[in-house]
Amino acid sequence: MLLAAGVEPSWYLILASALFAIGATGLLVRRNPLVMFMCIELMLNAVTLTFVTFSRMLDDIGGQAVVVFVLVVAAAEVVVGLGIIVAIMRRRPDATADDLALLKG
Amino acid sequence: METFVFFVAAAICLAGALGVVLSSNPVHSALSLVATLFGVAVLFVAQNAHFLAAVQVIIYAGAIVVLFLFVIMLLGVDRAEDLRVDPLVGQRAAAIVVGVAIFALPVAALATTGWDATGAVANLGSVADSGVTDVEGIGRVLFTRYIFALEITSILLAIAVVGAVMLAKKGPKPADMIVDLPERPSPADEEGTA
Repeated sequence: MLLAAGVEPSWYLILASALFAIGATGLLVRRNPLVMFMCIELMLNAVTLTFVTFSRMLDDIGGQAVVVFVLVVAAAEVVVGLGIIVAIMRRRPDATADDLALLKG
Repeated sequence: METFVFFVAAAICLAGALGVVLSSNPVHSALSLVATLFGVAVLFVAQNAHFLAAVQVIIYAGAIVVLFLFVIMLLGVDRAEDLRVDPLVGQRAAAIVVGVAIFALPVAALATTGWDATGAVANLGSVADSGVTDVEGIGRVLFTRYIFALEITSILLAIAVVGAVMLAKKGPKPADMIVDLPERPSPADEEGTA
C-alpha cells in the first residue's frame, strides 16, 4: 500500500471518540428536538467510523457489514423520530424538549 | 499522503460536528452535519471501505439530511434559538464535563494498550489486497454469517414504515394522544372518583 505510511489506526479511534463526545455534549446541551436528533446522528457516525477502523485493524470484513446494519437502524430511527416530532410540532410549533413531559410519572 | 487526507478530513469532521452543536439556526446545524458526514465518508475511502463511503454519501447526506431539512422547512422552526440562556443553571458546565469524560475514557483505554487497541498487527488495507473487493466481501458475509440479522432488519424497516404512516395519519386519535394535555385533575378529584 502506498498510502500506508504514517497514519496509525488509533488516530481514527481518537477522532471517533472526539466526534462521539461532541455529539453527546450537544445532546445534553441543546433543547431543539431536531438538533438533538442531529447530535444522535453524529454519535452514530462516530461508532461507524470505529467499526470501519477495527475492521481494517483486524482484517475482518464483518465490521463493515455491521456498519450496514447501523445505517439501516439510523434510517428507521430518523423516519419514526421525525414523524413524532412533526406530530408534536403541528400542535405546538415552539415546543422544546423540556415541554414534552407527558410521559413523566 | 494518507496522513494529509486524514488530517484534512478530521478537521472537516470536527468543524462540522462543532457547527451542529453550536449553530443557533437548525438549518445551519443540518448543513454542518453534511460536512461531518462527508468527512467520515472520506475517512472510509482512506480505509478502503469504498462501498460504505458511497452508501454514506447517498443515504446519510442524500436522504437523511434532506429529510431533516424537509421537516425544518415544513414546520417553520428555522428561527434562531437563543443559545445564551442557560435554562437549567449549571447544565452547560455539567454537560461539558460529561463530554470531556466521554472523550477521555476511550483515549485512556487506548493508551493503556500502547495505542494498539486490538493486539493484532495493523494490517493496512489487506481486505482490499486479498483479491476480494469490499462489496463482494460485505455481500458474502451479509448472506451467510449475518443472515438472521439481515432478515430482522427487513422486519425493522417494515415496522418503521407502518409507524411513520400511523404517526402522519390525520385522525383525531393519534394527535390527541400526543399533545395538548387538558388541565391536570387535582389529586383531590382523583381520590374522589377512585
